[in-house]
Amino acid sequence: MDSYDTSESTPRHSASSRLKDYFIGATPLQKRLESVRKLTSFIPTPPRRKIPQCSQLQEDNDPQKVAFLLHKQWTLYSLTPLYKFSYTNLKEYSRLLSAFIAAEKQKGLAVEVGEDFNIKVTFSTLLGMKGTQRDSEAFLVQILSKSQLPYENREHKVLWTGWFCCIFGDSLLETVSEDFTCVPLFLANGAETNTAIVGTWFQKTFDCYFSPLAINAFNLSWMAAMWTACKMDQYMAATEFLWSVPCSPQSLDISYAIHPEDAKALWDSVHKTPGEVTQEEVDLFMDCLYSHFHRHFKIHLSATRLVRVSTSVASAHTDGKIKILCHKYLIGVLAYLTELAIFQID
Amino acid sequence: MSVLRPLDKQPGLNTATILLVGTEDALLQQLADSMLKEDCASELKVHLARSLPLPSNVNRPRIDLIVFVVNLHSKYSLRNVEESLHHVDTTFFLGKVGFLITGAGREGHCSIHRNTVVRLARTYRSPLLFCDLEVEGFRATVAQRLVRMLQICAGHVPGVSALNLLSLLRSSENPALEDV
Repeated sequence: MDSYDTSESTPRHSASSRLKDYFIGATPLQKRLESVRKLTSFIPTPPRRKIPQCSQLQEDNDPQKVAFLLHKQWTLYSLTPLYKFSYTNLKEYSRLLSAFIAAEKQKGLAVEVGEDFNIKVTFSTLLGMKGTQRDSEAFLVQILSKSQLPYENREHKVLWTGWFCCIFGDSLLETVSEDFTCVPLFLANGAETNTAIVGTWFQKTFDCYFSPLAINAFNLSWMAAMWTACKMDQYMAATEFLWSVPCSPQSLDISYAIHPEDAKALWDSVHKTPGEVTQEEVDLFMDCLYSHFHRHFKIHLSATRLVRVSTSVASAHTDGKIKILCHKYLIGVLAYLTELAIFQID
Repeated sequence: MSVLRPLDKQPGLNTATILLVGTEDALLQQLADSMLKEDCASELKVHLARSLPLPSNVNRPRIDLIVFVVNLHSKYSLRNVEESLHHVDTTFFLGKVGFLITGAGREGHCSIHRNTVVRLARTYRSPLLFCDLEVEGFRATVAQRLVRMLQICAGHVPGVSALNLLSLLRSSENPALEDV
């Protein structure tokens, strides 16, 4: 069991080893409490993260099937585990959700389940979108507009897309009991009203909670470093940063674009441990950019707030918006976002 | 005189002086005002500085407590404090230095991880206070704490010294971490 493994590496006088004696055969809630205690009682160590690589499971992923996920702007939310969600009932869920949306759109009128409106909802699973075998299967919800004329066989127009996934969500999976499905990361593209309606339905049906996932400057600089570290055969876009300067009456924005190969060269000169990214390397990478900028413009970028990072792999905005540009590192990007989502839930 | 030493000047009669070091000028000014509003038996003097070393041509009283203010929204403030720390004599760290961290309330704007400043305070064996200086109520509370700490560091509280206070503040943390 994981809790026994970690006790070997902790210092002798650790308080948590005493706790372990009490928690043999712990329920998920007790395991959760213990993991929170572990986080607060240990000396904070600088985090190390793996550079996104092509994972084994991703090899099975068909690029065509997930192509629609790329080059779209997604708004991020973190989602608590879903209660009694079943992958076999997807058809049922799509009917219920269609009815709910129809009802919301025509408030006050009675709606029968099964009645046809010009909105159709589909639930489908996304195969291959997981980090380990333990991760819950990702699934997709789409709101399509039905063609009014029944004899025309044209493609339904997609009005709204949302998908739920869990990539390397082990820390959350361990602490949750059987009835719950963990898909902590939710990505939505489309009208805000539709996102709100779908969110309300999920919250009512599965007793979960959505909250918008904001990405702070600290995490954005980690993303910049990790994505610059990714090996790319061909760079599609320049590496761009956007900072917001807090000043009155209106804030200024500073935008800094670098040629992607220069950014990669800078990263390679900073990078020491192969395959891993450390806090020091991220800080050094960003400090090089700051000092270069300072030398030319005498502005301390470190006193401003990093708001947007854009690389050939993906681009992210602090409001929780992300656009993934590269299929190869899709799982890697999602893994980091899942980590942020899980952190927000905890 | 580029290094600040705690005992190289005579103490003023019933005077306690605090030095606030940080890049956030507006916040430091507000904190200074809050501290001066506090009722205190000793005469309080608050000095503000952007960074150390302090200019040597100014005649200033003996400094009893230095508080370094770091804003989690700005890496620049952290770098500034790290560099200023080199200009403080080691004997100051026997209870006469504290770290005050602001900006933790707005997680979305943070560009420094909380653990970085926690490690900084642990390295320098000094107390760490978190306070959102932009909020009036929190600022008044931390001003009260600082005034009390300052009185102790200036020796105006009989029976408690700066070193006593330091060991009192440290024992409230997990005892397992004392090995660091």
